[in-house]
Amino acid sequence: MAQLARRAGKPVVFLLCLVPLGMIAFDAATDGLGANPIEALELRTGRWALRLLAITLAVTPLRRITGWNELIRYRRMFGLFAFFYATLHVSTYIGLDMFFDVGDIVEDVIEHPYVTIGLLTWLLLLPLAVTSTRGWVRRLGGKRWATLHRLIYVAAITGTVHYLWAVKKDTYLPLVYLTVFAVLLGWRLWAWLARRRRNAGAMLAGSRGASTTAAG
Amino acid sequence: MLLRRRAQLKEFEVTDEALYLGRRQFLRTAGLLGAVAASGALPGCLQAADASAGDDEPDKLTPYDDVTTYNNYYEFGTGKDEPAKRAGGLRTKPWSIAVEGLVARPATYDLEDILKPHRLEERIYRMRCVEGWSMVIPWLGFPLRDFINRVEPLPTAKYVQFATLHDPSQMPGQRRNVLAWPYTEGLRLDEAMHPLTILVAGLYGRTLPNQNGAPLRLVVPWKYGFKGIKSIVRMRFTETQPPTAWNRAAPQEYGFYANVNPGVDHPRWSQAKERRIGEFRRRKTLLFNGYGDEVAHLYAGMDLRKFY
Repeated sequence: MAQLARRAGKPVVFLLCLVPLGMIAFDAATDGLGANPIEALELRTGRWALRLLAITLAVTPLRRITGWNELIRYRRMFGLFAFFYATLHVSTYIGLDMFFDVGDIVEDVIEHPYVTIGLLTWLLLLPLAVTSTRGWVRRLGGKRWATLHRLIYVAAITGTVHYLWAVKKDTYLPLVYLTVFAVLLGWRLWAWLARRRRNAGAMLAGSRGASTTAAG
Repeated sequence: MLLRRRAQLKEFEVTDEALYLGRRQFLRTAGLLGAVAASGALPGCLQAADASAGDDEPDKLTPYDDVTTYNNYYEFGTGKDEPAKRAGGLRTKPWSIAVEGLVARPATYDLEDILKPHRLEERIYRMRCVEGWSMVIPWLGFPLRDFINRVEPLPTAKYVQFATLHDPSQMPGQRRNVLAWPYTEGLRLDEAMHPLTILVAGLYGRTLPNQNGAPLRLVVPWKYGFKGIKSIVRMRFTETQPPTAWNRAAPQEYGFYANVNPGVDHPRWSQAKERRIGEFRRRKTLLFNGYGDEVAHLYAGMDLRKFY
């Protein structure tokens, strides 16, 4: 049973991650995207990019809290799907919304901060997607690879700010995303501080132990 | 002979069907507005009918389903599809409108009494949303000025403020303070008296659906759509410029005038182009939404960057 779950896990999660795309494609094929289909595509792909970013960032806290270490096997897939939906989002903007009008796109990126920070978010995710393979982990070395991949923290924030700046007035949903990311990143900060305190405590205890020995 | 035939064939081949149908639409539009003009109601009809003004693409009516399912009406939620889903509970009968302030005949008027003396006419207008999309809608209404003349503004009246119904039990979107309820809008009196400015009770020859602002709304075709306040319950005539909902919400983004202007961007996005609902490519936005010949004189000498 555990063996089966292990073997079926990845294909199942892979298919689950494709469900949003399937739903969007179904709506597109059945005239279900509403009166402004390009806007609907941008909204839906963008929101799924953020959701998958949140899921990716939830893996480590969930592992630590529940001890369910199996989760780590899916983290890369979640991250790559976040990049996949972000890429669909950017492609919709470039190809459908702006219809490859380079002048308009450049102007939009330069003049409108929500576009600038949106593009920045995708650019932050790009090297993470590229270096997501085992080969790149080896080439960079575990420590440097891990440092590079902390860019996802920045991308989570810039991506949400992009959403926040893009809405006209009702900031409710962007603030929900912001809260989720604040919790996920806040947990890491808390865990890091706790680790540092523990290490400092251990070092202190260690030196005290040494001095007692000397005195003895 | 052969040459002439070839020339004819070429001419025929380059006439794209969509454009051809667009021409027919143009003629229909012109015809409708011609009828309106014949009734003496609308000197500005020619510009309104010149559907393709400033752009090569013709204007086609936006399908009824799009006009009635893609709405900004925050009283029923901020999603575009929410008004159509949640406006069913709005009771539009009975309905009355309070006319207050600097008028000789302040009173609360029943909707029937407001509508009775006026003949509803069809007006096909472009509607440009401040968000960068647009529609072409056949409204059914009458000039606001005909109603204003009935209530006799005093010489001191310079502005008119409108308010939407405020009733969270019927308007679930008002349970959250997305905007300061009730929604209010305003016009300078000369804008309100302009023949293109209409009060609307229907569209596509039918009664106005709730999600489009039933039972009575304002349409000012040369301004961004948010000026077209819906489900009006109050009109107040004032000497000073009244506060308006979007201006109060974000004064640096939404001005009192809110005239469609491709040269003055929204601080966060461009206003140079717009997506016509049902079309793929964005088209150029026209100054005063293409109604400049009729309305530009209202703003002579004003800095449109300052009075956005």
